[in-house]
Amino acid sequence: MPTLTLYDAVGAALTEEMRRDSSVIAFGEGIATKRRELVDEFGGLRVRNTPLAEGIIAGTAVGAAATGLRPVVDLLFAPFLCYAMDELVNSAGKLRYMSGGQFSFPLVTLAMTGAGWGVGAQHNHNVEAWFVHSPGLKVVMPSTPADAKALLKSAIRDDNPVLFFLDIGLLYQPGEVPADEQTLPLGRATVLRNGQDVTLVSYGKTVQHCQQAAETLAGQGIAAEVIDLRSLKPLDEAAILTSVGKTGRLVVVHEANRLCGIGAEIAALVAEQAFSSLKAPIVRLGGPDAPIAASYPLEQASVPQAATIAAAAARLCAAQPA
Amino acid sequence: MKPSHPASDPRQLLEQMLLIRAYEESIVSGSAAGKMPGTCTSVGQEAAAVGVVNALAADDLILTNHRSAGHLLARGADPGRLLAEVMGRRDGYCKGRSGSLHISAKELGVVLTSTIVGAELSMAPGVALSQTMLGRPGIVVCFFGDGAACEGSFHESLNLAALWNLPILYVCENNQWQAFVHRREAMSREHVADWAAAYSIPARTVEGNDVFAVLAAAQAAAAEVRDSRRPYLLETCTYRTRGHLEPDDQGYVDQAELAAWLARDPIAACRNRLLANGSLTPAQAAALADRVSTRIAVAQAFAEASPFPAAEELCRDVYA
Ligand SMILES: Cc1ncc(C[n+]2csc(CCOP(=O)(O)OP(=O)(O)O)c2C)c(N)n1
Ligand SMILES: [Mg+2]
Repeated sequence: MPTLTLYDAVGAALTEEMRRDSSVIAFGEGIATKRRELVDEFGGLRVRNTPLAEGIIAGTAVGAAATGLRPVVDLLFAPFLCYAMDELVNSAGKLRYMSGGQFSFPLVTLAMTGAGWGVGAQHNHNVEAWFVHSPGLKVVMPSTPADAKALLKSAIRDDNPVLFFLDIGLLYQPGEVPADEQTLPLGRATVLRNGQDVTLVSYGKTVQHCQQAAETLAGQGIAAEVIDLRSLKPLDEAAILTSVGKTGRLVVVHEANRLCGIGAEIAALVAEQAFSSLKAPIVRLGGPDAPIAASYPLEQASVPQAATIAAAAARLCAAQPA
Repeated sequence: MKPSHPASDPRQLLEQMLLIRAYEESIVSGSAAGKMPGTCTSVGQEAAAVGVVNALAADDLILTNHRSAGHLLARGADPGRLLAEVMGRRDGYCKGRSGSLHISAKELGVVLTSTIVGAELSMAPGVALSQTMLGRPGIVVCFFGDGAACEGSFHESLNLAALWNLPILYVCENNQWQAFVHRREAMSREHVADWAAAYSIPARTVEGNDVFAVLAAAQAAAAEVRDSRRPYLLETCTYRTRGHLEPDDQGYVDQAELAAWLARDPIAACRNRLLANGSLTPAQAAALADRVSTRIAVAQAFAEASPFPAAEELCRDVYA
């Protein structure tokens, strides 16, 4: 199986989808420079650099998507989405509903986020929950190059606007990517490790931290199940509930602010629908309610690490139900 | 329903303006009677809408905003379905989910209507990109207000349209008001058209209450966009003679300014001109007025008879 970084897996997905469908176009602040091979193959009309104006990039994608094209836009770093909020939230997310279903918006917005480069809070802010909270949008955040490629291909084929977040810390990690044109449905989580004692649910780079924690826990005789959500909306509720139904213990882990993060939604879901399976309180591990510092140790401290996850899970397993 | 053919007879322009006025007045009285919500009416601006829309071809696409009744009716929209939409009924163009502020009618080529001031400007380049890349002949017409011209999206839109050679006819309806703020308080220039030069976009202003002047200017502008496949900006200078959103006592309006514009009423001007040059007889004028009031009465009955959407509609059409 070929080995690709997540960055190159995104490129591979773009190439395959642009070959497959001539209505797929890509534009953004430097995409035609940094992904030169796309320009070489598909030409400067389908792959364009844009002015530094996130609002009009997103708005143009919305207008194009509603009238026959399938744009993919690269908005670089997730905090810059603030300039494109109106177009994504008020136009892409709402105008299908508000028009009585007259339009659909097959568009993908790429944005990088997360710890790893020490770029500070205006380049690193995990804002994915904002978009989960906005109707009409889908939200995807893969943790491996293979998933990134297969999910991006599905996102491009999807008739809804998809926010596709790329974890900076994972961007240049290599991983095996099937050479064939695989796609993965949006909204399907994957169980990376089976276990019956505790469920670790995560997405993005903290999936690896959960896997490391599961190794540690195995050494202590605790079998942790690890779930990678991959997509935050649609959310694979069944995968979470099935696992918690089996283990009775849940640790939700993400890098984004814990306050009103995806973890809160998952905790509520489990409390509402699987309360009787729970043998211990639900634990949420997430980033602080603080802008993310550039300084390496502070940046790393904002991300739940494997040792913290293992300790939290071990405590849950030690607490015996009455 | 398809877009109506551009009017070839000047009496049709008058009839469209009368229809728009009567439609808006039916909403004013309907909302005063508590039968429907208040709207942003286009009273006083009928010529600006009718002149431009009648310069367009059937395959052109239109983006508009909260003050859209004139554009929709001139394009051939059914006033019954519009009123049903205003009243939140199932037979509205948007199944009652839009209300008056963001009515799209894809079948008429009126797409992506938004009440976010400036959103039509942000989406227009994408619509024009589709027209260009998919080889469609139609141009894109983007109606927006003088207030929207003060949003960043106006400037970003013009820059991109000029840069990417997008066939967009930008039509600024400068009605002197941006909700409760006079445009003099908000604009660094006298005219929105002045800003187009910064992006090398040709522009002109036209007397927006003269339907024939607007029609001629819009025909020339549309032809230029069609030939050059590049943007053009037309500013129609007009006045919002009613409030921003009904009901509105207009207590903040300079009465002398309002009176001056009321004296330039676009419908009276058109009717007088047609009567004076013999293209319209008083009997024909009366017949036009009758036809329009019958149409509005029928439309109102249709809208009132239309059911509200069922509860199952609440979450339908969120996702494709
Ligand atoms: C982004 C945004 N800001 C403010 C409003 C509230 N608002 C609705 S219409 C309007 C005035 C817009 O003025 P203009 O663009 O000149 O259009 P007009 O109403 O005069 O036709 C305002 C302030 C809004 N809908 N959207
Ligand atoms: Mg105005």
